[in-house]
Amino acid sequence: MVNSVTSLGRSGLSDWLVQRVSALVMTAYIFFMVGYFIINPSPSFEQWQALHGSLAMRIFSLLTILSIAAHAWIGMWCVLTDYITVRLIGPKATPIRMFLQLVMIALILFYVVWAIDILWGI
Amino acid sequence: MLEVSIYRYNPEVDSEPYMQEFQFDTQGKDIMVLDVLEKLKTEDPTLVFRRSCREGVCGSDGVNISGKNGLACITPLSEAVKNNKLVIRPLPGLPVIRDLVIDMSQFYAQYEKIQPYLINNTPAPAIERLQSPEDRAKLDGLYECILCACCSTACPSFWWNPDKFIGPSGLLQAYRFLADTRDTGTEDRLAGLDDPFSVFRCHGIMNCVQVCPKGLNPTKAIGHIRSMLLASGT
Repeated sequence: MVNSVTSLGRSGLSDWLVQRVSALVMTAYIFFMVGYFIINPSPSFEQWQALHGSLAMRIFSLLTILSIAAHAWIGMWCVLTDYITVRLIGPKATPIRMFLQLVMIALILFYVVWAIDILWGI
Repeated sequence: MLEVSIYRYNPEVDSEPYMQEFQFDTQGKDIMVLDVLEKLKTEDPTLVFRRSCREGVCGSDGVNISGKNGLACITPLSEAVKNNKLVIRPLPGLPVIRDLVIDMSQFYAQYEKIQPYLINNTPAPAIERLQSPEDRAKLDGLYECILCACCSTACPSFWWNPDKFIGPSGLLQAYRFLADTRDTGTEDRLAGLDDPFSVFRCHGIMNCVQVCPKGLNPTKAIGHIRSMLLASGT
């Protein structure tokens, strides 16, 4: 058992599951948007606002944004713990990795809050 | 004449590793890479490599042959030579002790972690713990691993985290005991694997499957472990 406090779910299984489920949500969103633009290639401002103003669409968009956030957290955490390690770049790796992880988490949270602000400001 | 390029490094003499070039006359025969090494060692006795059974059973002579990990003793030149050149390096990712000999401590430490022995605290029967032929068949493709380390040292996840990721070889063995109907330690074994590194650092690139000299499939075994973790953890 290897402990880690900066991974998203603290458990390998949980991270693995979140990564797959979030990928499905993002795929569903992409299919929905592509389908929408095939049916209605150039929506008017009112149509576009009506679509994103509905509660169902706001929830769908928010779910997708949360999925991107979780997916990015898990993915970036894997990249950072692969390459920014004491084994590869020496003892300075731990503070650098922690700093980058904190920046990554802060950025992700920043984007999530910003996205919620946009979605509910429509 | 076959051009042979061999990784040389003696830390007592050399400041850094270098590639030594040899010319080798195969006399038109499709011999094994180990035969080439043995012959070259008669010419240059300082060349160091591990070998034992010379028939793909002991797993001692795992080396990187023209870019692909394999056992020197069962890899014929017809498979290994590219453009009349044979390049032999130590298995990548682990510290080199000398020439083609690597320090496998980290590899064995991961193997030790998965408790590679039968756990069963119920009283032993008079003769032996019996298993049906169907249950025994579940171990096929798992027990044959010879711990040559060709797979784990071909795995980038193991290169970056050899102290945390168990690696394909260890995980194949972990599943060998998880799949064994005589073993009663399943829950404890699974509990020890459910972290972000031990199993889940496998991203399924399947280098392990490509290089295994015994034709085993660690990626498939890792998939089975994930399914077991999913069944017990959800």
